[in-house]
Amino acid sequence: MRRPRKLAAAVSVAAVLLAATSCSPTPEAAENKTLKVVYQKTDAFTALDAVMQDAKKEFEAANSGVTVDLQPIQANDDDYGTKLALAQRSADTAPDVFYEDTFKVRSDVDAGYLLKLDSYLEKWGDWSAFNEAAKAAGRADDGSIYAVPLGTDTRAIWYNKAVLQKAGVSVPWQPKTWEDILTTARAVKASDPNVIAFNMYAGKGTGEGTVMQGFYELLYGTDSTLYDENEKKWVVGSQGFTDSLAFLKTLYDEKLAVSPAEALDANVWKKVFGEWFPQGKLAATVEGSYSPSFWQKGGAYEWAGYEQDMGVAMFPTRNGQEPGGVSMSGGWTLAVGAKSKNPELAFQFLTTALNKKNALAYDINNSQIAVRTDVASEAAYLAANPFVKDVSDLVKVTHYRPATADYPRISSAIQGATESVITGKQSPEDAAAEYDATVRKLVGEDKVLEK
Amino acid sequence: MTIRRVLRLLPVVPSILLLLLFLLAPVVWSFYASFTDAALSGKAARDPQWVGADNYARMFSDDLFPLAAWLTVVFVAASAVIGQNILGLLIALLMTRSRKAVASLVGTAVVAAWVLPEIVAAFAAYAYFNRDGTLNQMLGVMGAQGPDWLYSWPLVAIILANTWRGTAFSMLVYKAALADVPRDISEAALMDGARGWQRLAFITLPLIRSSIATNLMLITLQTLAVFTLIWVMTAGGPANASTTLPVLAYQEAFKFGDIGYGTAVASVLILLGMVFGAVYVRLLREQRP
Repeated sequence: MRRPRKLAAAVSVAAVLLAATSCSPTPEAAENKTLKVVYQKTDAFTALDAVMQDAKKEFEAANSGVTVDLQPIQANDDDYGTKLALAQRSADTAPDVFYEDTFKVRSDVDAGYLLKLDSYLEKWGDWSAFNEAAKAAGRADDGSIYAVPLGTDTRAIWYNKAVLQKAGVSVPWQPKTWEDILTTARAVKASDPNVIAFNMYAGKGTGEGTVMQGFYELLYGTDSTLYDENEKKWVVGSQGFTDSLAFLKTLYDEKLAVSPAEALDANVWKKVFGEWFPQGKLAATVEGSYSPSFWQKGGAYEWAGYEQDMGVAMFPTRNGQEPGGVSMSGGWTLAVGAKSKNPELAFQFLTTALNKKNALAYDINNSQIAVRTDVASEAAYLAANPFVKDVSDLVKVTHYRPATADYPRISSAIQGATESVITGKQSPEDAAAEYDATVRKLVGEDKVLEK
Repeated sequence: MTIRRVLRLLPVVPSILLLLLFLLAPVVWSFYASFTDAALSGKAARDPQWVGADNYARMFSDDLFPLAAWLTVVFVAASAVIGQNILGLLIALLMTRSRKAVASLVGTAVVAAWVLPEIVAAFAAYAYFNRDGTLNQMLGVMGAQGPDWLYSWPLVAIILANTWRGTAFSMLVYKAALADVPRDISEAALMDGARGWQRLAFITLPLIRSSIATNLMLITLQTLAVFTLIWVMTAGGPANASTTLPVLAYQEAFKFGDIGYGTAVASVLILLGMVFGAVYVRLLREQRP
């Protein structure tokens, strides 16, 4: 008889404990709201963290009783996206405000992760300060806005003036065709075989970098394209695709670029910014408008001489055809979680993080192209680095990725094609044919367009 | 009587529940998800649809899956069945004959690789096989120019790394088994004029047969599941040359957000493990008349 009594006692104690902890919403607790904010932070990317810390202080001071719980995720772009998506699957873990890549907006809206912001934006005076192209970055297929951009970017050729001059190339350098690039690169290689003459990312190691700072600059400069926006179909069988692969093959075969083994290393970009450019071992590469953020004071690879030594050139079209240059744009946004329990408050935090002061600080520290017109005209923004004007002008020739739900796999197929070509596993023709077959399999025959 | 028996079972109920919840439930969920188009993003994330065996059909029309399955088999056969198993047995045999100091020194060196956390061992292996890594530096001292192992010989590199990391387990199993082999049988064979290899093949090995089968089962299942080591060293590359099934499942589920297909690959891996397990269990049973 003793045992059951003990058990009963234990059970009743447990029940009392449970009751005490689970259901006691004191009036105080109801007022204490917590906003969960998720964003990316890496050793080379701390600009957003700084903005978030400031916004937290500002917001908590203005809203007593509200705690902003900052949860930076330390990961690269791919892994950050995965972690964010996993958190969004359940209302218990979904963040209230988060940092979202523009090219994932549409597919995440489809998934029901993002809150429709139209009614909130109407009441936000600052929204009119955003330029129209930037507003479109957060627009989904239904025409509503789901995300507000932090900034945008463009891609260009970055070159080391000293290295080019040593090879007898006059600066400023502006190649007009693909052939111009090869001519200059061969001259650099001939004058100093130890210098990497012209690098373009390729392979799966560098992920989106391979296509955004490499393959698309080539493809969009031919007369072909990746995706037909009018017909909403993916283009296959284009000559431009094969030619773009062939150009990469030439760069890698003639050893004008890095070795294939180095290209497949996911960390090769760190060497580009941290070692090769500052040490004069790299003449030119295709990189983003955010490049100065690595070299400026407080950046991951501080380099005092970059303002004098570096130059920027537009990436040319294949034969110099109109509009004469190519660039790619992406950028990141802030969005509110569809499962947020305090959407009003979450949106208010978003506006604090994106107000003029914070947007200016972010655009300067992260070398972003401003999307707020009032920031773009600030003297401090224009004077942030000598390249702001050059890279901002590229907005005129820029392209955006077709951000459909199929896009990540298509992008991966392209990365695979470049990898096969630079490692010599496949000829450009074979790799292009395999890409076509993959695309057909991924999206289905009715969504491809033979060109 | 029956009440007593039920009461006796009571203490194990929580652990059985935990086992069901944390071991069986994920497996069941994985099987279920592999018949849907569950995804991390897009429409399918909001409302996953039942797609029947589509994911499995896709697996066999996909070039990557057969490659990954083949690489997995090669990886398991070379690094576990041959590498860890035979090397472990050899070291254990040599240790029984060597001096105590030598034996403990060798034992410590081998076990050191095993006690390292997997991520640490993976980074150590990466640093060793890297282009400018320890191996190539040593080759350089000897005047030889080593290849870029992780790029030119990715499968060889991960097989060697997994052999290095896992041999200690086999060695410990065999050391214990050899200690149980009765001396007098060996000595009797010696008197009858059996040579060293004859004593090994006809006396020692048959006596430790069940240890061999147990060991093979454990290291096969462990090696089938190796992920961190490969992910850190090569991430499945270059050009999928070291993409084993766990790496493929991870890429599909988390890089491409295709949970349905990723869990289908994982389910095949679970089945493969069960087949291996069943074969070894059968072997074990046959040995005990």
